[in-house]
Amino acid sequence: MDFQLSEERQMLKDTLERFVREKYDIDTRHKAAKMDGGFDPAMWAEFAELGAVGALVPGEMGGFGGGGEDLMVVFEALGRGIVVEPFLATGVLGATPLIEAGREDLLEEVIAGGLHLALAHTEPDSRFEMSQVSTKATGGKITGRKAVVLNGGTADKLIVSARSSGAVDDEAGIGLYLVDANGPGVEKRAYGAVDGGHAAEFVFDGAPGEALTGEGDGFAVLEKTLGRGVLALCAEALGAMEVCKEVTVEYLKTRKQFGAPLGKFQALAHRMVQVVIAIEQARSMTMLAAGMMDAPRAERERMLSAAKHLVGRVGRQVAEETIQMHGGIAMTWEYNAPHFAKRIVMIDHMLGDEDFHLGRFMALEDAA
Amino acid sequence: MDFSYTPEEKAFREEVRSYLHEALPASLVEKGKKSLRLTAEDLRLWHKILNDRGWLAWHWPEEYGGTNWTPVQAHIFDEEIVYAHAPRIIPFGVNMLAPCLIKFGTPEQKAHYLPKILSSEHWWCQGYSEPGSGSDLASLKTTAVLEGDEWVINGQKTWTTLGHIADHIFVLARTNKDVKPQEGISFFLVPMDQPGIEVRPIITLDGEHEVNEVFLTDVRIPKENIVGEVDKGWTVAKYLLTYERTGIAGVAFSKLAMDGLKAAAAKMKQNGKPMKEDPFFAARMGRIEVDLMAMEIFNLRTVAAAGGGSAGGVESSMLKIKGTEIRQEITDLARRVYGPHALPFVPEAFDEGWNEDPPMGPDGAMVPANKYFNMRKVSIYGGSNEIQRNIISKMGLGL
Repeated sequence: MDFQLSEERQMLKDTLERFVREKYDIDTRHKAAKMDGGFDPAMWAEFAELGAVGALVPGEMGGFGGGGEDLMVVFEALGRGIVVEPFLATGVLGATPLIEAGREDLLEEVIAGGLHLALAHTEPDSRFEMSQVSTKATGGKITGRKAVVLNGGTADKLIVSARSSGAVDDEAGIGLYLVDANGPGVEKRAYGAVDGGHAAEFVFDGAPGEALTGEGDGFAVLEKTLGRGVLALCAEALGAMEVCKEVTVEYLKTRKQFGAPLGKFQALAHRMVQVVIAIEQARSMTMLAAGMMDAPRAERERMLSAAKHLVGRVGRQVAEETIQMHGGIAMTWEYNAPHFAKRIVMIDHMLGDEDFHLGRFMALEDAA
Repeated sequence: MDFSYTPEEKAFREEVRSYLHEALPASLVEKGKKSLRLTAEDLRLWHKILNDRGWLAWHWPEEYGGTNWTPVQAHIFDEEIVYAHAPRIIPFGVNMLAPCLIKFGTPEQKAHYLPKILSSEHWWCQGYSEPGSGSDLASLKTTAVLEGDEWVINGQKTWTTLGHIADHIFVLARTNKDVKPQEGISFFLVPMDQPGIEVRPIITLDGEHEVNEVFLTDVRIPKENIVGEVDKGWTVAKYLLTYERTGIAGVAFSKLAMDGLKAAAAKMKQNGKPMKEDPFFAARMGRIEVDLMAMEIFNLRTVAAAGGGSAGGVESSMLKIKGTEIRQEITDLARRVYGPHALPFVPEAFDEGWNEDPPMGPDGAMVPANKYFNMRKVSIYGGSNEIQRNIISKMGLGL
């Protein structure tokens, strides 16, 4: 039993954290979020050069990581800056199906920062249900609608889940297809998100798709992809929660009311302690999920759902307490902490929320 | 990161498991499984079983009879004791006083007391809390005055767990009233078989007798029965409290309780369907199960980082809070799962050999409600959870 990071990962962590600390303050983040497409391409190039994208891809596919711990280290560091560059969309949700399909050719471009991807899976009526896919794949042509595709607006290529057989929520019958985001039969509308991110809605009408999985045989890859996304989001939330904790503790020490620092008031000090314990719990569960990424499917997915559930539950507590304990200052756009709180809360709206994953965690018990 | 046990650790688990399986009498296991009352003889036998194997004082330094186990081994040992349905180790002598003697005691004290703790010749209890001094322990009023070669102790102690079966008590008493409260306290070793000591039972809200009041009236002990220096007992007391909190996360207890809860939720039905399929109940169970899994890793992280028998102060305070919250939540659900059948209560049913005829309610239904009330204590003792929050906010967060 060993809870320490390996030397390489510790170095990766130190490098990324230093980069975020020195080059990614909240103003830089706001500026990037307001650019066309919702991120700064120059910053993305810098991250890629640093190896932050390659760390998400395994060695045999041209990267130098790709394991659960790598995802955790990278995304926690990104969370400390609530980085808006499309790591999740391109480096995880987009790259995983390519890794599974052995598409080293495309991954090379991804790692270099030259190719943007997005996973077009969620549909207007599917909410968080993974197997709910009504988009059709017929003879290599994709037809249907996809909703809230993260960073869909700037993606060069889309990985689209589409059904060639079965009922609308069958696991069997779903395939994953590579679709040119700017090709024929693809219509999109991109928009900004409440937490500073970006997404898009898509309508496919006979768009040509290149199969990345066997026809109707893609659910396992899809589930793995979403699972890696879940881990990434948990880790990002952890990084953001750590910042909330640090900023709030500092504020409790310096802000004075009634002649004393806020932290001297037990009503606040005790709640701060609850927040700190909750974060340690969320961290522990995320570490466990990261360590189980190579475990058999049911066990792996159960831990991921446990982690996403707990991060969702704890995240709301951390976000709300961060704002409440600061008071009025945290209601301003200018202050940094509330933006972290916003991101943490909205992470619970991505890839399954607290309740969805609690239900899934329990349903998976019999399978594990 | 690696969450798996090494082959050596797995072998160690097997070694502990098979020894407990072989050495624990069936009657003790049965009592554990059914939460029946344990007698003083049961507890002494249990300590003997462990001591015979050299495991009772596992965390002592090897020269005094310890084991030099790694933190992971210690964790495995704790788990296996619980899974074997064995009694708990009664901590007052072996886990609490002994580390203090080893750190602060004289060579004579170590030579005299430590072997007798191991052999159960001495059975210790704790004289800390007083009616007026709970969380604010330093305000204690029991006094000790030196008269010639003897200390004369007067005062009243309370919440003395198993004081009625103990023959020795360690006592915090005030030896100096002219200094700050913490600076005038000393730590004494007091034999209980003497005039002036009276033990009176306190019946707790579950109807059980586990804790006591201890009255000390002109109790005389030899001058050398003090641990550490005069007026420096607070240092000893604080050191002891870190030991008291170690393992207080109670991960293994909670895991076993969670297994029991799940079994009950599969058995107890509503509208013909097991309670585990009731979405409201299932959600309550699921949340606690996730909390427990997370805390198991949190606990292991802390244990691994501490590298010794005693966890760091702030981390052990955090584990105490989370661990007791989880234990209480599980006992809450364990009570709820039985619905109306949690109501019947026959005190004699918790004695060995009691037979119900005709049967009254589902198997095991009589335990959890009472246990729920008993478990309210865990967020109060060992430094209440509010005191733990004070410790964390001051020492950990610098507030």
